[in-house]
Amino acid sequence: MLEVHDLTKRFGGLTAVDGASLEVPQGAIVALIGPNGAGKTTLFATIAGFHKPDGGRVLFRGEDITGLPPDRICARGMVRTFQNTQPFAKLSVLENIMVGAWLRTDDRHACQQRATEIARRVGLSDRLDDMASELTVAGCKRLELARALATEPRLLLLDEVMAGLNPTEIAGIVDVVRAIRAGGVTILLIEHVMQAVMSLAEDVFVLNDGRIIAHGPPAAIASDRGVMEAYLGRGAAERLLGDTAHA
Amino acid sequence: MSPDIIFAGVVNGLMAGGIYVLVATGLTLIYGVLHIINFAHGSLLMLAMYAVFFLFRPPLGLDPYLALPLVTAGAFLMGYVLYRGVIGRLSHGRDENILLITLGLSIVADNVALFLFTGDTQTIGVAYAGNYISLGPALVPLPKLISFGASMLICALLGLFMSQTDMGKAIRAVAKERQGARLVGIDVENIFAVSYGIGIACLGAAACLLMPFFYVSPSSGHVFVLIAFTTVVLGGMGSFGGALAGGLIIGVVESLAGLQFGEQLGQLGIPLVFILILLLRPTGLFGRQ
Amino acid sequence: MSRTALLACGGGLIAAALYPLLFGGSNYAVNLGFLVLFAAFLGQSWNIAGGFAGQMSFGHAVFFGTGAYASTILHVSHGWNPWLAWPVAIAAGAAVGAGIGTLSFRAGLRGSYFALVTLAFAEAFRILANSVPFTRGGLGMLIKSDPHPANLQFRDPIWFYYLALVLCVLSLALAWWLTRSRFGARLAAIRENEDAARALGINTFREKVRVLALSGALCAAGGTLYAQKYLYIDPSIAFGVDKSIEMLLVSMIGGAGTIFGPLIGAGVLHFVSEVTRELGGALPAIKNAQPLALIVYGVILVIIVGYLPDGSMGLFRRRRALPQGQGHA
Repeated sequence: MLEVHDLTKRFGGLTAVDGASLEVPQGAIVALIGPNGAGKTTLFATIAGFHKPDGGRVLFRGEDITGLPPDRICARGMVRTFQNTQPFAKLSVLENIMVGAWLRTDDRHACQQRATEIARRVGLSDRLDDMASELTVAGCKRLELARALATEPRLLLLDEVMAGLNPTEIAGIVDVVRAIRAGGVTILLIEHVMQAVMSLAEDVFVLNDGRIIAHGPPAAIASDRGVMEAYLGRGAAERLLGDTAHA
Repeated sequence: MSPDIIFAGVVNGLMAGGIYVLVATGLTLIYGVLHIINFAHGSLLMLAMYAVFFLFRPPLGLDPYLALPLVTAGAFLMGYVLYRGVIGRLSHGRDENILLITLGLSIVADNVALFLFTGDTQTIGVAYAGNYISLGPALVPLPKLISFGASMLICALLGLFMSQTDMGKAIRAVAKERQGARLVGIDVENIFAVSYGIGIACLGAAACLLMPFFYVSPSSGHVFVLIAFTTVVLGGMGSFGGALAGGLIIGVVESLAGLQFGEQLGQLGIPLVFILILLLRPTGLFGRQ
Repeated sequence: MSRTALLACGGGLIAAALYPLLFGGSNYAVNLGFLVLFAAFLGQSWNIAGGFAGQMSFGHAVFFGTGAYASTILHVSHGWNPWLAWPVAIAAGAAVGAGIGTLSFRAGLRGSYFALVTLAFAEAFRILANSVPFTRGGLGMLIKSDPHPANLQFRDPIWFYYLALVLCVLSLALAWWLTRSRFGARLAAIRENEDAARALGINTFREKVRVLALSGALCAAGGTLYAQKYLYIDPSIAFGVDKSIEMLLVSMIGGAGTIFGPLIGAGVLHFVSEVTRELGGALPAIKNAQPLALIVYGVILVIIVGYLPDGSMGLFRRRRALPQGQGHA
């Protein structure tokens, strides 16, 4: 579905993404994790066309989409959400979702129906007429998801849709994400909530300092020495691994 | 054009540029500290020019240069009060809103002037208006030379104020990092009001220097607002050095364009420079991309 | 549209159509009606870009003047019939809108910077109109009076009233369409959050250029109508800051981004004008009353932007929105 080869993005002297490669097979849920400042969001934004890459290639469904603008990429079926949710504050929830749905239809009735249907899938049915600015953080995350879904993507890039939510809300979103995949949408997600990563993802890429430092199934990643060092620093990782070895 | 005419054009442009520097310094200070685009800048200058005009007229008969401390202090006060009373309270949210608020203020100022003073253009006849000084092949009216020198002096004093005094340092701290400044105990709202006041005080001084050789009418604000914005974007929004260079460049461009293309078409220089800078290099000539 | 809304619109339209007859076709009433409708039409042209799409301009006179000069030059200097020159003027307005839009949006200008660059464009056009020979410079252009419907000139001002009414209704229909169509939804998305709009597949650059062209076309149509009614234009009338500001005020005061905002704003504006004019007549001490009206508009603008960002229409909307919100709570 998605192949990223040696993608590089520099801002002035700072290399935010440094030759990162990853692959997302069709129908999978793949997670991208890494410590704060690792460049995850920049990698996402570069894949989705918000930044022009300084090197490397992005292949989507076998076609080279490197450097295309985000709207063209979205039209081809790849859409991203924003870590800091970006609702259209003065539009209603329904109107917000309709903006996404208009991409695939120019018939108002069909658009409205599709948006209502998606609102139901993400659990926003009872808030359709509310202004987006009236939503809670959890509501905004759902809206972000709904708008993206409304563009009928084949691949969904989710940037921390669970950050800032309580455990009940996280469980709710996890179910929604599973249902989206069951509906045939491939998913690549950035996530800090490890419990969600473990339960959702089949495959995990770890980004540190703009580089992919590990890749594998969640269980293997969780006990990877390099990953622990990246998150915790060398000493702490040694102690933790040492402890588990003795136990 | 002969080199002499060009030289004279450049000298005259620089003289006019001095005033632009002063006006633009106020605008750039307000932008740099408050992140407000002060669309009322031209109109407030116009009000200050009327103040100079009425101080000069009987019964007071105050010479504009002697009026400078008074008008500058008055302008500071007006700016301070305007910020405390209106701008500071209302100018939250999107930057377009702040632009609209200052637009509203300029509409009010222009029309108050039109209502009270009618649309006639007014000048003051100072005795020394006809004196000329020759600088090489260029003849420069004495008031223009004074305005140039005084503008540069005032800008230098302002620079000293900003770098040497506690208030100046506080203003620069707020401009750089307002949250941090708040955390170390600086009264940020007060700094905002003072900065706006200083920005307007620059207009008070500029009005005193302008009036001996310029006219005022309620639409004078329109004349200066685009010049001031052009100067500021040319030098880079918020940059003092940029305002200095920008003002002098604009003065020279305006003067030479007038010589080359005539009085009418020559005016095109300023909006054209403004448009080109915004389209091609929005960070200004000296800013980083 | 709900039945009541439809009825209200139909009623309003009939009232507007009968209005000149109610006052026995008095020139004062007819002219006042024309001014309101005309200001509402120009305000709507601003509102389409500034309100619906959030691309606020300080220089809409550039389109007004383009329309006025395009048709007048074709008519006066090249002998075109004004009815034929009108569509060309509209196309010229669209072209200038597309041109300014392409340059400004390609350069990434947003918000205040876009507003200021449009101001500079209008000023550049004003200076050009003052300087080039084919506009006759500062002398302005006079259209020979020859009242005949075929010349787009009318002896009875009532016809200009109805012409303005038609334009105004068309512009309202266009605004209504923007609240329901895909194009309108995209504009609203761009206004609210451009990055999110791009992420959802909207070519923001293209839509912004389109809306500025549409807005420019409408405004240019007004320019031609103005020239034909008053039979004289000059650079300050056509491209002056005052025109730009009036369009912005009408739309902001009534409620930017709403269908009826400009109409309400135009009503308020001319109501205030009339009141201050009466006041000026009653009190001999007040020599020129016109600035008083503008002072009031300036104050209203400050108050609206400061306290009612949705315009005076926001008052109604906010009140209406409350029970709905409670319904879901």
